[in-house]
Amino acid sequence: MSSNSPTTTMDESIPTVQTDEVVVTPAAASTSQTSDKVARLNAPTVIDIENVDFHYGKNKALHGINFPIKEKLVTAFIGPSGCGKSTLLRCLNRMNDLIDGTRVSAGSIKISGVDIYHPSVDVIELRKRVGMVFQKSNPFPKSVYENVVYGLRLQGVKDKARLDETVERSLRGAALWEEVRDRLHTSALGLSGGQQQRLCIARAIAVEPEIILMDEPCSALDPIATVKVEELIHQLKQDYTIVIVTHNMQQAGRCSDVTAFFYMGKLIEIDATEKIFTNPSQKQTEDYISGRFG
Amino acid sequence: MTNPATNIPFSNGPASEQIANIRQTLLMMASLANRNLALAMRALVERDEKLAASVEAEDSQLDELEITIDELVINHMATHAPVATDCRFMLVASKISSNLERIADQAVSIARRSIELNKEPLLKPLIDIPRMAQIAEGMLRDGITALIDRKPELAQEVVKRDKEVDLINKQLARELLSFMLEDPSTITRALNLTIVARCLERVADHCKNIAEEVYYLYAAVDIRHERTP
Repeated sequence: MSSNSPTTTMDESIPTVQTDEVVVTPAAASTSQTSDKVARLNAPTVIDIENVDFHYGKNKALHGINFPIKEKLVTAFIGPSGCGKSTLLRCLNRMNDLIDGTRVSAGSIKISGVDIYHPSVDVIELRKRVGMVFQKSNPFPKSVYENVVYGLRLQGVKDKARLDETVERSLRGAALWEEVRDRLHTSALGLSGGQQQRLCIARAIAVEPEIILMDEPCSALDPIATVKVEELIHQLKQDYTIVIVTHNMQQAGRCSDVTAFFYMGKLIEIDATEKIFTNPSQKQTEDYISGRFG
Repeated sequence: MTNPATNIPFSNGPASEQIANIRQTLLMMASLANRNLALAMRALVERDEKLAASVEAEDSQLDELEITIDELVINHMATHAPVATDCRFMLVASKISSNLERIADQAVSIARRSIELNKEPLLKPLIDIPRMAQIAEGMLRDGITALIDRKPELAQEVVKRDKEVDLINKQLARELLSFMLEDPSTITRALNLTIVARCLERVADHCKNIAEEVYYLYAAVDIRHERTP
């Protein structure tokens, strides 16, 4: 295999691209902890990315990206700036459609078996299923309450009991309820940066998505707020499939189950996070995570 | 600068400098441990008391280097959070330095025994003990070569040689026991030689440990305690 070929067969602890069936070796399952991890890595595929090319005008930003994203796992995309990780993330809920001259020029992205770029797909419905949290928290200039129920109001929900229930459930889910329960009707802009980011996560989960995309969600947060968001990611994966783009190697190591390394628009390697950070298969991956280039 | 293996821009930042520094200190330590062991053996074979005394005097250098390496390792881990090979190197560097320090301690014990042995005539010609020392020194040299040249297969081969030293040690212990049973006046000398052989057997054990660590560093597979790769 050339150094630029994606490592898609990976080791025994992570499924191959071609099949969901994985043979768990006795060595891999030698402890119950390892066994649990292996079992989780064998989860069903939720997003199937197949040979995706992507263009910004004439510039090809993604080259034949091909791998599955597994249910209720945290998958981290890492790589130097301009490697295509955020582009791929934004392909997963068609956020790139909002940029003129961009297109998925080859391949397909299927969520639960449905090609999300098929003309019949309702993009609004897709983005409801695939929520997104951005690098910089972007609460609307409204109250905490109105921020959380914004998506439901767009859907025409007017039932106050349902809205109240959603606010509490979402804020609890985003580990923010105890901090804001007494100020639900004050401006969201008065919250701290970390609280605002968790509010955005609450807003994302209020519409009950299946998948949450996070584009460097902690890059503007201090270490304490970062820990809270990371703890939240850990809790959220009980219910959601999470894909996170991060420049913080330690964050990828701490938060994710699977890590994919990209370089110059290509997938170089994808594997269990522990494998990537202890013994990656590709020299390029090791050089990057060790801080030797970039 | 470009990484020749991947053709990717390569940076030599403070992390690389710190790793190079730990590596350099480790090599200096290995060189001193090897030298002290060789000096102790020369002191024994040539019955040179001054040489024996010098081995003990130089041991403190290795003690200090062991502490230096642990400081460098902890500083690097705290400030750079190394991963993959770099992370394994931190663990391995600390363990190898500990083994090198113990090899030097064994050299001191051999030197002390040689001073005792020099007070009396030789009990028997020294054949097995120099052979053990030769194998152990070769294990140390090749273990460090495997570290420098990134050769896990050489490290694996070093591990196997430990059994040869164990075997000679057992044979020699039996032979020296027979001396003591036949003639109690030989007990002091026979015991001192037994201790020297035991020291060399331990040196070989430490060399085996080093080789296992080197194998783990480059192959990312733990072969300690007879675990096969």
